[in-house]
Amino acid sequence: MSNMTPVKGKEQPGLRYPSNGKTIYHRPLNRAKTSELSQASFAYLFSEMVGYASKRIVSIQDLEKRLNTQGHPIGLKLLDLLLHREPARTQTRPLTIITLLHLIKQQLWTHLFGRAADGLEKSSDPTRPDEYMIIDNEPLVNRYISVPRDMSQLNCAAFVAGIIEGVCDGSAFPARVTAHSVGKQQAAPAAEGEEGGEGKEMWPGRTVFLVKFLPEVLERESFLAKG
Amino acid sequence: MSYYFAIVGTQDNPLFEHEFGTSKQGGDGMSRFNEAARHMNQFILHSSLDIVEEVQWGTGQMYLKHVDKFFNNYVSCYITAGNIKFLLLHQPMTPNSAAAASSRSSTSIAANPTSPQTEEAVRNFFVEVYENWVKTIMNPFYRVNMEVRSPVFRQRVAAAGRKYL
Repeated sequence: MSNMTPVKGKEQPGLRYPSNGKTIYHRPLNRAKTSELSQASFAYLFSEMVGYASKRIVSIQDLEKRLNTQGHPIGLKLLDLLLHREPARTQTRPLTIITLLHLIKQQLWTHLFGRAADGLEKSSDPTRPDEYMIIDNEPLVNRYISVPRDMSQLNCAAFVAGIIEGVCDGSAFPARVTAHSVGKQQAAPAAEGEEGGEGKEMWPGRTVFLVKFLPEVLERESFLAKG
Repeated sequence: MSYYFAIVGTQDNPLFEHEFGTSKQGGDGMSRFNEAARHMNQFILHSSLDIVEEVQWGTGQMYLKHVDKFFNNYVSCYITAGNIKFLLLHQPMTPNSAAAASSRSSTSIAANPTSPQTEEAVRNFFVEVYENWVKTIMNPFYRVNMEVRSPVFRQRVAAAGRKYL
């Protein structure tokens, strides 16, 4: 390390600049609408991430927790990026649960997966007013994943749940988000009503992201509603 | 006109601070805080956080305009989606030095901390800082509430200050 000379003689010794002098601050934040990544390379990378997370785990919940943790910082970062890309007039912070979930369903999903999420529902159970569901019929992250029989509870979309959790936490709506497969075995109570039996065969990978807000969020929400 | 700019994280922890003066009307960009009161700047900024946290739920706008005043110190706030607060304390020239300046300066943003022109100038400053802030947090090695040490970021903030304030 002794041969490391301070580049360009800046005040902070040891700080290295890229050889072309371009830092992250020199790159634009906006990108062309069409710039998309290869799904194959994403699938490869994601399989490595799942493989990494599945090392030395004690339970499936543990694995899902790790995937969630991997996604969390992405959500925090995307929140500001997406808002920055909004046109100035509609550049508003989400103030209510509904606007927040709408941001996730529309902007976040479109940014990540190129389409809006398939559904947004409030828990029909009156004892759980803090639960909301974001529904994706065919999560992109699960497309090339076949879950082994002995890990049938696993849903690798826990990674996406982590991203959602990051967005919620970042915008001061702390929440726990979990991903659940509702394709084959059981349908979520709320989803049953409208889709019926047909939905089960049509979308075997149907995933529900259960967003459970912490009590203080609801408390604030009711306080703000009163004005 | 002297400015003290700070970025405050979600745990009310300071992430970045920068002190500068006006570059308009022949200002040299140096701050002219009273040496005896300079250490108060951080107090004044942080004491306005309570007001910010009240105001932030009343509007979805990111620019909260001028939120607090402490004697001759005015505090403006810009809050990001991730609940990071940009706070700018501006202290207009003391009355006697302002009187010494030409009458034209009474319309300058430096002399009128609450005028619409000042509000707009501060907004432009914040928007430019916000753009650089988003770039900072897009750094994969940056985690929330980490102090920002990048000299490039500081240069950019200083440039925005020169440009608008």
